[in-house]
Amino acid sequence: MFKKDLFILAVLMFTASAFAGNDKNSIQIKGSDTMVNLAQAWAEKYMEKNSEDFVAVTGGGSGTGIAAFINSTCDIAECSRSMKKEEIQLAENKGVKPVEHIVALDGIVVVVSPKNPVSKLTIEQLRAIFMGTIKNWKEVGGEDKTIVILSREINSGTHVFFKEHVLRGGHEKGPEEFAPGALLMSSSQAIADEVAQNQNAIGYYGMGYISPKQKVILVAKDEKSEYIMPTIENVVKGRYPISRPLYLYTNGEALGLVKKFLDFTLSKEGQEIVAKTDFVPVK
Amino acid sequence: MRKLKEFIIEKLILISGLASIFFVILIFLFLAKEGLSVFKSVTPFNFLLGKNWYPISEPAQLGILPLILGSLIVTLGAAIISIPIGVACAVYIAEIAPLKIKEILKAGIELLAAIPSVVLGFIGMVTLVPWVKSTFHLPTGLTALSGAIILAFMAMPTIVSIAEDALYSVPKSYKEGAFALGATHWQTIYRVLLPAASSGIVAAVMLGIGRVIGETMAVMMITGNAAVIPQSIFVPVRTLTATIAAEMGEAVVGSEHYFALFAIGIVLFIMSFIINVTADLFLHKRN
Repeated sequence: MFKKDLFILAVLMFTASAFAGNDKNSIQIKGSDTMVNLAQAWAEKYMEKNSEDFVAVTGGGSGTGIAAFINSTCDIAECSRSMKKEEIQLAENKGVKPVEHIVALDGIVVVVSPKNPVSKLTIEQLRAIFMGTIKNWKEVGGEDKTIVILSREINSGTHVFFKEHVLRGGHEKGPEEFAPGALLMSSSQAIADEVAQNQNAIGYYGMGYISPKQKVILVAKDEKSEYIMPTIENVVKGRYPISRPLYLYTNGEALGLVKKFLDFTLSKEGQEIVAKTDFVPVK
Repeated sequence: MRKLKEFIIEKLILISGLASIFFVILIFLFLAKEGLSVFKSVTPFNFLLGKNWYPISEPAQLGILPLILGSLIVTLGAAIISIPIGVACAVYIAEIAPLKIKEILKAGIELLAAIPSVVLGFIGMVTLVPWVKSTFHLPTGLTALSGAIILAFMAMPTIVSIAEDALYSVPKSYKEGAFALGATHWQTIYRVLLPAASSGIVAAVMLGIGRVIGETMAVMMITGNAAVIPQSIFVPVRTLTATIAAEMGEAVVGSEHYFALFAIGIVLFIMSFIINVTADLFLHKRN
């Protein structure tokens, strides 16, 4: 009886270790909610080609991924913002040495409901809307309706990037904040759903989430500039004002399986997947 | 041999009992250790009554008044909805319903208790939220009211089953005495049975509310999570529980933000503790 139990336990432990992320041919990727679809697509294609390797992908937000990376519970952190000085310091204190790799570009799109007549805004107007100084759609050429601001939760790289580049005009540390009345949504999909069914709402997310249920706003640097549509071409040329690199972080220079996967993401095939998932290739 | 066996079993039970108390104390100590560290950087007064929650700004603003009020308004709304319905349902099941309906109702209530909160939250998001928006002509349906309605569903099973139990345990002689004096069925219920079972019913309500205060996932999905002081029940709010759940994954271990989240945990712990102790006092009063 006892022996049988021990045998079952051994089998369980063995299978657990086969699925855990610490043996040679499996890697854990964790982080950005924006990039999760992209990383998933990479992982699927990669595992198709290398059937003996296993790549696990989870989202949750860039901050969440970085926290896991610092605590060594994942091999690669996917981030839609670069790591902050404090985070790098913290990682080094724990013996983790973050190395940054830019694997794709992303335009952050601002979306409203297709029923909303507003179709273009300047950065200045966006700033006023998201900080809560413009409260009504009629102030930016829409109907007489209260604006409902949708933002991502603070663990989101997109939240941090939008705050630093739109609200604070590119300064990392400024006094500007999202309006306290902004609704904080736990995922890009939640923002997409709310925008689709609420014609007063305005939200933002990565290009990967564009769908026909939302209307993409044309953005201009200032009133004198041209209003630009966030297309792949405009992001590559740097014409669209709210775009950013997307990163993978590895602990030290990538080795073994991590290197193999990283090389795959930057290969021709990997970059084709980038374009397919509505992001912008870097090569 | 038999004595030895008895002795061993007795001691095992004793250890099990002590272990659970020991774990609770450990949890509380850990909470206190991590949570109280936040008061190195912010005074308790500013923490509890501060109006701004911007935990990752420089300098961080850690005021949880909007979160406390958010939790309270959702809980209060849920209580106002669930108490009358829950108690009335308990009265119906205990006193009026024919046997067949009684069984069906009881099974239904059990089933309601079995629905995971994330499922309720999801259902609320796709059905209730648009309904609230269009019915009350609000800018958004993600409001404290939506949260209160969904949470009322969660508190209901607890309230109904415990209140029904309390009504059931009122001695039969009370009811017979009331009938003998010529009271109608309804008079008997609200003049005799309800007062006699009142302590049990209050305990039921308290435990239901306790469940509501600690609920996380469903509120996170449908209250909108905006950290502003609510002026009415028709605005988005952010609760204490949703704040911990949404931000814990990202908080850098050992940062002000991290300690502040633990301090929020202490606030929640104290709230639940007060509610449970009150419920307990009422239950003991009955015995």
